[in-house]
Amino acid sequence: MIDLQGYGPSLLAGAWVTVQLAVLAQLLAIMLGLLTATAKMSRSTPLRWIATLYTTVIRGVPDIVLMMLLFFGGQIGINMVTDWLYESYGFDVFVNVDEFTAGVITIGFIFGAYMGETFRGAFMAVDAGQVEAGRAYGMSDWKVFKRIRFPLMMRHALPGLGNNWMVLLKTTALVSVIGLVDMVRVASEAAKATHEPFTFLLPVAAGYLLIATVSEWGLARLKVRYNTGFGEASAWNN
Amino acid sequence: MEQLNDVAQSGFIAQLGQMINDVLSQNYIFTATTLWHYWDGLVTTVQLVFLSLIIGLILAVPLAILRGSRRRWIKMPVYLYTYVFRGTPLLIQLYLIYYGVVFFDGFDVSYGLGSVHIPSIQQTWLWDYFRDPFVPAMLAFVLNTAAYTTEIFHGAIQSTPKGEMEAARAYGMSRGKMMRRIIMPSAFRRALPAYGNEVIFMLHASAICSVVTLLDLTGAARDIYARFYAPFEAFLFVAAIYLCLTFTIIAIFRQLEKRLLAHLRPLS
Repeated sequence: MIDLQGYGPSLLAGAWVTVQLAVLAQLLAIMLGLLTATAKMSRSTPLRWIATLYTTVIRGVPDIVLMMLLFFGGQIGINMVTDWLYESYGFDVFVNVDEFTAGVITIGFIFGAYMGETFRGAFMAVDAGQVEAGRAYGMSDWKVFKRIRFPLMMRHALPGLGNNWMVLLKTTALVSVIGLVDMVRVASEAAKATHEPFTFLLPVAAGYLLIATVSEWGLARLKVRYNTGFGEASAWNN
Repeated sequence: MEQLNDVAQSGFIAQLGQMINDVLSQNYIFTATTLWHYWDGLVTTVQLVFLSLIIGLILAVPLAILRGSRRRWIKMPVYLYTYVFRGTPLLIQLYLIYYGVVFFDGFDVSYGLGSVHIPSIQQTWLWDYFRDPFVPAMLAFVLNTAAYTTEIFHGAIQSTPKGEMEAARAYGMSRGKMMRRIIMPSAFRRALPAYGNEVIFMLHASAICSVVTLLDLTGAARDIYARFYAPFEAFLFVAAIYLCLTFTIIAIFRQLEKRLLAHLRPLS
């Protein structure tokens, strides 16, 4: 394949790291976003407060600062907790977070705040009559969520989710600054070593454009899936 | 009763005072030197963001008009520019420009009998300006924000109410006059909320300029983290500063929207 002065294979490996990181972080962000949206709509004041604090603070601080805080502070924080557990309860646990896991957790945590806002709006756009109909059929809360609220909500959330995914994809580039070897890291190291910046950075830029273009296609497919039953009138109910 | 209350309160305040005193006396990180370092970082961040936004805005207005042109060969290059700059990470754009300046050695293109030397930036007069990492960083930020702003304005221009344009045409305005007097002012207003988000995005994006040896707020925090090995103090402090800056921008834009979009607010 493309050799690029021997850097080709490691660039491809870096691209694979980028894709894995983005997909896993997005999944975590979706789960956190659902939790946050639920907390924001709950009747309990403390839950609403915590969710609001989370979304406000995370969205007000640059990604890279949060990443550095969690990357550099995370292990110290975990050690503090495990030390405390050992001293007060005698539990001897050792938790070591590798860079990839830390990257997934950090990016997922940041984008969970954005997803929370997206999902909250989408949940509120779901027709209350549909939920009532589900309850009238005797469905449990979980079943109402799984069969009615979630699929109906996704139709409204998809545009926001798509935007979020595109931003998240580009944010994964920042992990290279902190030491994770993704494709940006490989390219910048190679550029420094060979004094040929364009040879390595331009293919990486093209790689991001390729992933973005492919995901646009995938999102269009998802849109078709979640608009089933709403026919041509995609702007219906909006 | 009141006295009792006073005593309880003064006891509490004394305790609180003691606590604050304890924290401050153990504090060896936030001294005048480190605070000054943070201040330098703040100045760099604000300068970089402000200049990039202004220049980006100046570039984006004509680009947005070209982007809406009916001629393919005019609108396609602009679309390609915004697609590429919005589709790739800013970090890559920054690396391309900065490494392109610092590490690119230039090369020779040979044709037939002769050859042409393509010089690197360092071999040209531009090096005087690009020597300072502030210039390549600002160039990357300008190109990035101009791409996003172009799309924001393009969307706002496209959504101009038909009636406004018809009224302008009925008054016999030329295309240029219509653009200047009717379309642009109304588009600017509609673009305001989205542009506010872009300003916040730029503030947050500027945090990566420390990777090209610029000393901004984040760079200052990294220095102080490295010096004292105190991640929480160093990064929580800048996070708080960024949060204040973000809230200030939000407040400014909310005031602007209140004034400029008053005619669009629903009644009651």
